[in-house]
Formats: sequence, C-alpha cells, structure tokens
Amino acid sequence: MGLDVPRIRADFPLLGQEHNGHRLVYLDSASSAQKPRSVMRAMDEFMETSYANVHRGVYAIAEAATARFEAARAAVAEFIGARESAELVFTRNATEAINLVAYSWGRANLERGDVVVLSEMEHHANVVPWHMLASERGIELRWIPIDAEYRLDLTNLEELLRDAKLLAVTAMSNVLGTITDIPVLVRAARRAGAHILVDASQAAPHTTVDVQAWDADFVVLTAHKMLGPSGIGALWARRDLLEAMPPFLGGGEMIRDVRKDGFTTNDLPWKFEAGTPAITEAIGWHAAIDYLNDLGMDAIHDHEVTLTRYALDALRAEFGDRLTIYGPSTTEMRGGVISFLFPTIHAHDVSQVLDEEAVCVRAGHHCAKPLMRVLKIPATSRASLYLYNDTDDVDALIVALTHVEKFFSLDPT
Amino acid sequence: MAGLEDLYREIILDHYRAPRNRGELDVPPAHRVEGFNPLCGDEVVLYLDVENGVVSDLKIAGQGCSISQASTSMMSAAVRGKPVTEARTITRAFKALMSIHESKIGGEEVGATADDLAGVRLGDLEALQGVVKFPVRIKCATLAWNTLVQGLDEIAATP
Repeated sequence: MGLDVPRIRADFPLLGQEHNGHRLVYLDSASSAQKPRSVMRAMDEFMETSYANVHRGVYAIAEAATARFEAARAAVAEFIGARESAELVFTRNATEAINLVAYSWGRANLERGDVVVLSEMEHHANVVPWHMLASERGIELRWIPIDAEYRLDLTNLEELLRDAKLLAVTAMSNVLGTITDIPVLVRAARRAGAHILVDASQAAPHTTVDVQAWDADFVVLTAHKMLGPSGIGALWARRDLLEAMPPFLGGGEMIRDVRKDGFTTNDLPWKFEAGTPAITEAIGWHAAIDYLNDLGMDAIHDHEVTLTRYALDALRAEFGDRLTIYGPSTTEMRGGVISFLFPTIHAHDVSQVLDEEAVCVRAGHHCAKPLMRVLKIPATSRASLYLYNDTDDVDALIVALTHVEKFFSLDPT
Repeated sequence: MAGLEDLYREIILDHYRAPRNRGELDVPPAHRVEGFNPLCGDEVVLYLDVENGVVSDLKIAGQGCSISQASTSMMSAAVRGKPVTEARTITRAFKALMSIHESKIGGEEVGATADDLAGVRLGDLEALQGVVKFPVRIKCATLAWNTLVQGLDEIAATP
C-alpha cells in the first residue's frame, strides 16, 4: 500500500499555505521536517495537563510528567531497536550527541597518534568535534573518499582503518542522498578493532534504523528531521561503553551525590543528562514516532524511493546535461535528497527564483564544506523529499527550474 | 515575478554576466585580501594597488551568486582610480543604501554624517537597492565592500 499523501498533507497545517498565489511546495525536509498536528497537540496537551519538572517532585503531575518523559525515551529507544531505554541519552540534537562522544569517550580513549576515520560526505557535526579533538589531542583524521557514483569508495578501507580507534560515518548523506552500507562498515571497523559511530540524523526519518542489527557502538539522531520538535536529539550507545565513559556536562540530574569534596554520578542514562531536559519536546518526539509508526517506515521508504525515481527521471528529461545532479544516479541505496546545480547559475539565485513560486529548497554548502571541496563547487541547490511530498511537488519544482534557466540565461532573449 | 525584477535589475545581471576588473595583480606591490560569506560559501578575493592615497588599480577573483558577483564588479568600477578617502565614503553610502547604518556605540568614529553621504552619487550601484527587500541577500551585496574596507585597513596599518 502506498501512502495516502493528500490525507497526510491534511495533517500538516503549514503545508496548506499559499505564497504569491502558489501552493507551498516544501522540499527542505532534510534540513528540518514540518510537524503534524498530532505532535503540536501532544505538546499542548502535555503543557495544559501534566507539565512539571521531571525526576524531582513527588506530587501527582510531577509523577505524570516523569512517566510521560520516560515513556518518550522508551519510544525512541524502541524505534531504533535499542535493547533498553537506559542506553538512550537525550541530548539537544545530533550535534550535541556527537560532541558528547568526542568529549567524553574521545578524551578518555584517544591519545596522540590515534586515528579517527571519517568519510568525505560527513556533515560538519561529524567533522568539527573530531577536528577539535585533533587539535587538542593530536589525533589523526583519515577520510573515506567518495567515488564517481557519489558512494563511499571502500577499496582502501582496510588500509584506512589500520590502527584506527573509531570510525564515524553517516548512514545517509544530507547532500548526496547516498545511503551507506553500515553493516559492511561495522564489520570492517570490528576487524580493525575500531569502535563505530553512526550519524543517523538523515536516515532515521526515512528508513528503519536498528542499532542492534547494525551492531554499532554509538548512534545519534535528532527529532526535528523526523516530524518532531527542534531542541531534542539522542545518543544511543552500548551500556558497557556508557558506563565506562566519564560524564559530559555537570550539574543537576546527572549526580547521585554531591559533597564539598566531590560528586558521584547518576545511573544511566541520566548520568549524561545534566540540567532540566527538553521535557515538552520529548513528548512531541514521542508523538512524531507514533505518527511514523502508524504509517510504517517501510511504506514511507517505498514512497520516497518511488518519488525520488520520478524526480531524477523528470530532472534528466527536462534539463539533460544542462543540470548536474550530485548523487547516485539510481535509487539503489539512495534517499530522497537531490542536490543539483546549473553550471552557470549560483544555487542562491536558483533558490531565490524558486521562492517566488513558493518552492522551498535549500541552497548552500549544507554544512558539508569538506564534501563541497571534493566536488570542487561552492554550493548546490538541494530538494529533499518526505512522506508529505508527491509528484505535484516535483512537477512544481521542474516548472520553477525552467523559469530559473530562462531568467538567468546568458543569452537574454 | 515582480519581486524578482526588483532584485535582479538588468544592470545587475549585466555585471554578473560580464564582470568588470576580473583578474589578479602581482603581490606585492598589490595587496591581496579575501572575504567569505560562511552562510553560502561565497568568496571574494580583491587585489588592491594603493599609491599616494589613491586606489590606482583593483582586480577581482572568487566566486559567488549573481548579487555578490555583480556588487563586487560594480564596487570595482566605482572605486578604481578614486582616492582611498572617497572609496571609504562610497562604501559607507552603499552600506547606508543597504540600510546598514554604522553605529558609533562602542565602535570607532564613523567620520561621515548623513549629510556627507547625501552628496555621494552611487549611480549604477543604486540598482542594488532592491536587495534590501530580501534581507538574507544583503550579506551577498555587502561582502565585496566589507572586504574592500578590510583591505584598505590592512594597507593603512602596514608601515
């Protein structure tokens, strides 16, 4: 069964807008997804009926708030196939989750000369924390290159992983749409004795994530790309790793006892959750996961594969060689993120013209400047597809792009 | 697309398609300065030759969107051959056109009042005024000018 997109769209109030007389065409979900009414209602309802701080009060609504907050944790943990909720640490976003690993696990386990392997298509969130550690600790960063089909070139993987302590890679590129073969990467990392961190920020909204099937050590994700609110994300890690890791931020909630001469840490996962967490946002994330589960991740994935194929075919048919698509040419192991560029028209100018027709795409380096340097381009335009997009949206993009081409034509006629 | 014509005036597209003063100068005697827009990755590289207080030559390299490239090209046409003091005045007038009014609070003395700027003729540069209606693009339009000021400051600070 395919997705009933008109019915889904009705759940997203923002998508009903018009701009300049055009139906809003939202093609920037890879940046942040729109929210269904059920997420907004869950957050409102929680604040109207049960809001209190968590893990503190003994009064009824505080108990209710704590139960709802922990139920949200259990829902996220189950959604990604975690063994237990204690392995699921709430963070501010995926960026903070990676910084947590770099700061805590990295500082406890990496020394001068140790190697961390990244890929050329990582988001800055999975680059800069390692750069920071590299300049502080003198660790070496190595990079898995991309090939001509915009996939990871694993030819020299064994060599790259030699003596590596960590492999940190994305499960899906936020620029190219490339889906990486995590089980293959995990096996290679294990053979080399390296730990593995998977950035599932882009993958989790679109495909089934199963941290146990992956056999990864650390997996990070963020709520706002998967219909949830901004301000909350998560780190999943194996219990033994989390137990051995020193705390990240210090403060309330993460302690068992504090004395004038020191402190002891709380149990997992609260050991890594200093301060009042994003309580209402956790409730919203839970509602988002319920919404995704109701549709079914397989159905969502199938819908996006079909729509991506339609979009790639339509772009090629309309523009041919005049438009470069940066990403795998087929939908095999590919998500609905489509980066493209007219060689003589800057991505910002493309977005500006599309905006006139209410087509929202992202323009820029997509927080992946190392990849942009590999591709030798300053920026791309990026259209990204989600469960509420349909062929009408793709058609609107194509029509608007024909106007872009006409507007910036070097031969103004 | 009425709004777009405000932004992309014909003179802007002309400078974008046929940018003036593209190229490089030998360093030294010229001074090289780079400006980046971290949001979009645009970069502008200016080669400035300042002799006896005059911007005697100026060349441009780098890449970016039509607004940043056109603004850079128009800036080069506006200040090439002009005294440094006049180049700075034109810069302030241009930034005022972009609705950027430099504050004296905590900063250096601006040195030009609104009256001083009223006499500055921006000519073609006024075509960029439409950018003000598109706030995220103001940074594209001002990148070259901020880079110019940085370069002139660096030259002034060189003994």
